[in-house]
Amino acid sequence: MSDAASAPPADPAARSRRISTRWLREFSLLPAMALLILIGFIESPNFLTSDNFLAMLQQSTELSVLVLAEALILISGRMDLSLESTVTLAPVIALWLVLPTSGNRFNGLGFGVEWLAIPICLLVGAAIGAVNGFLILKMNLNGFVVTLGMLTMLHGLVIVIDGGQTIFTLPPSFAYIGNAEWGGLPASVWVCGVLFAVGIAALGWYRHGRSLYAIGGNPGAARAAGIRVERTVWIVLIIGSMLAAFAGMLYTGRLGSASASQGTGKIFEVFAATVIGGVSMNGGRGSLFGALTGVLTLKLIENVLTFGHVSAQDIEFFNGVVILVALIVSRYTSGAAQD
Amino acid sequence: MTTQDLGAAGATGRPVGGVATAIAVSKSFGATRALIDVDISVAPGEAHALVGRNGAGKSTLVSLLTGLARPDGGQILFDGHDAPPLSDRAAWQSRVACVYQKSTIIPTLSVAENLFLNRQSDGLRRISWRALRARAADLLAEYEIDVDPSAAASTLAVDQRQVLEIARALSFGAKFIILDEPTAQLDGAKIAGLFDRLRRLQDSGVAFLFISHHLAEVYEVCQTVTVYRDARHILTAPVAGLDKDALIEAMTGEDRSERAEFAVAEYTPKAEAKPALEIRDLSLAGVYEDFSVTVGEGEIVGLAGAGGSGVVALGETVAGLHRPSGGSVTVAGRKVRTGSVPDALRAGLGFVPEDRHAQGVVPMRPIAENITLTAMDRLARHGFFTGDSLRRAGSALMERLDVKAEGPDQPVGALSGGNQQKVVMGRALANSPKALVLIRPTAGVDVKSKESLLGTVRQAADDGCGALLVSDEVDDLRIAHRVVVMFKGAVVAEFPSGWSDAELIAAVEGLSGTGTDDPLIAEREQQNIANERPGHE
Repeated sequence: MSDAASAPPADPAARSRRISTRWLREFSLLPAMALLILIGFIESPNFLTSDNFLAMLQQSTELSVLVLAEALILISGRMDLSLESTVTLAPVIALWLVLPTSGNRFNGLGFGVEWLAIPICLLVGAAIGAVNGFLILKMNLNGFVVTLGMLTMLHGLVIVIDGGQTIFTLPPSFAYIGNAEWGGLPASVWVCGVLFAVGIAALGWYRHGRSLYAIGGNPGAARAAGIRVERTVWIVLIIGSMLAAFAGMLYTGRLGSASASQGTGKIFEVFAATVIGGVSMNGGRGSLFGALTGVLTLKLIENVLTFGHVSAQDIEFFNGVVILVALIVSRYTSGAAQD
Repeated sequence: MTTQDLGAAGATGRPVGGVATAIAVSKSFGATRALIDVDISVAPGEAHALVGRNGAGKSTLVSLLTGLARPDGGQILFDGHDAPPLSDRAAWQSRVACVYQKSTIIPTLSVAENLFLNRQSDGLRRISWRALRARAADLLAEYEIDVDPSAAASTLAVDQRQVLEIARALSFGAKFIILDEPTAQLDGAKIAGLFDRLRRLQDSGVAFLFISHHLAEVYEVCQTVTVYRDARHILTAPVAGLDKDALIEAMTGEDRSERAEFAVAEYTPKAEAKPALEIRDLSLAGVYEDFSVTVGEGEIVGLAGAGGSGVVALGETVAGLHRPSGGSVTVAGRKVRTGSVPDALRAGLGFVPEDRHAQGVVPMRPIAENITLTAMDRLARHGFFTGDSLRRAGSALMERLDVKAEGPDQPVGALSGGNQQKVVMGRALANSPKALVLIRPTAGVDVKSKESLLGTVRQAADDGCGALLVSDEVDDLRIAHRVVVMFKGAVVAEFPSGWSDAELIAAVEGLSGTGTDDPLIAEREQQNIANERPGHE
């Protein structure tokens, strides 16, 4: 007992117990999802059909991409509320630049060729992330307030640009990814799956990805270990905003239109899904797989409520109730405080 | 820097060419001169103590030696070669490492990943977790650290985190390690373990710069001691043969005889004295059992125990932070609802918590507000209080406690550790308490502040306050009229004033022998103590 070395014995039983609890945390939402599917199955014969599940998956893709972005940012110990406005602003700016100057209800600037809308959309996202990073990291402003300000300002900018109208004319290339089908599955589902696979691999098995956990867990210690904390966080913010811009593209493509009102209030759903999925608001803890199960759980709840003939007026209230209940349940299944 | 300067440094009797050497370095922050022409040289395999009061320039030297700041003048050498440029972190990491009081272990990651943080794999290669765990296991085995590499770092104890940081530093090839107050958060057994480890590492050629407020530790582990005072180098001497008084004189710049003496007096209760604090059969399930003590008016009772003995939890229970499973607490004749901090405060209990960062101060708020936090009700008129009354009360308390600050409006966070602790103490006294519970009130403060803080406790006792002083520091306990010792949740000994360090420490460490885990033996020992010291409960 005299040595510093006295604490947990490294016996194999203890180790396997710990590994199993880690997996439990990772899959803690699966029982809840199974229960929801069972409820849906009892509710309606149309619930457990491939049509319903494909539609549900496709509707989950935009939220999933946003949750991927927010999870990366939260794991690095930051937060970004402005993702919600990026979702609408990036496509609107891209369309505004490339659409012809006359002949439509909404006239653009006729800049360049139509396929340029895609790279422009992503670049706008990157620029927003870079500005957020500058304000938070270089000017040392509070991240919550900065991104709250950006959320409002960028939403206003959308209205300034499109004059409050909805843009219905989309270049086919821009709309493609949001409504195409590859091998019987919506293209957006494939892309979303690939993005998550890349993210999970990077955060699980690559040094630069692991550094996000170190930065979120203890930035001082990360710096001492030679990690370039500011630069990495800045890159994460830029990637996050680019993902949001991409989510905007999926959204626009699926709905066939772009407008300022799209995605309003979505950021709360993003945070709810991320936190239900086990990502800590304090940084350094959580997994992308967990975040993905958070999204799917939320979407299942929504679907089950719809099948349960909850009217459109009431669904918002029930959604809120269910999110709170899900948070409480996941607090106990994951065993960790959601600080 | 030229060879002339090197020669000059050599001529002053300073050895040149240790593992780490600073020659005539200076550093200023704005108008503050943090270091003025100081030297230090650490020889290979040496444990070199750096002592000095708060503000002596120790932390500045650490940041210069670890490459976090550049000296304004002077030179830093490692193994006789110039220090690498500040931007080359890898080069610094292979020469020197510092184990700070604040841990640089990331709690959410595993032990293995912490050890190899940011070098889990080469460049863009995929991380092999199996290989990483194996590398970590090898490293842990090499330094005989019995920790599971796949355990989460948050499950480690403070001492385990420290040795992990040392092992990580050594894995970079560093042969020079700075330890900043390494024992501040450890108890006796863990300190012994750490020192044992340091000695073994020294044998293999690793050198340490040991920064500590505990002079006893300096004498125990170090071969050489360097004293800084007010940004200047005062003394470097071998520890063996250095008089403790001379060392304290070098640190404080005062003659030892001027220092306040704590005469240890027998407690003689006044005829009309009532008990200030009465604890009856207090138990906290799994931590301690049936603890009883009576602290008279003006009496200071020391409560000593190592980590795990339950003394800290006991002090916190009395203050209302834990709800005990049984027993009662009475403050000046008024029974306190246990487990309620407000009720303890109302009854007239002052409390100095263990961790001043987590429980003691609100760092961004002004001193006046912090120091009067417990007395706001009393300062208020009809539920409102004015900034003026707050400042007046704050200033009075600051004066009483000798808080060194610009004024009552200065944020507490800007103060040195010793002065922050005085604010915490002031807060406990603001309410004019009838009884005080103090948990390690002098942890991590310099010698001068320590004396000032203990003097305040003494003064409060002379004014009629009863104090329960929870500590494992012999220096603190010296002011107590008697000392109760707890081991693994039970009282094992009680000493009247005049105990020797050895007998107290032996009791704190569970009678320092084998078989202490055996309740029968412990009980017999307790019996012996009771027999030897009649007249004490």
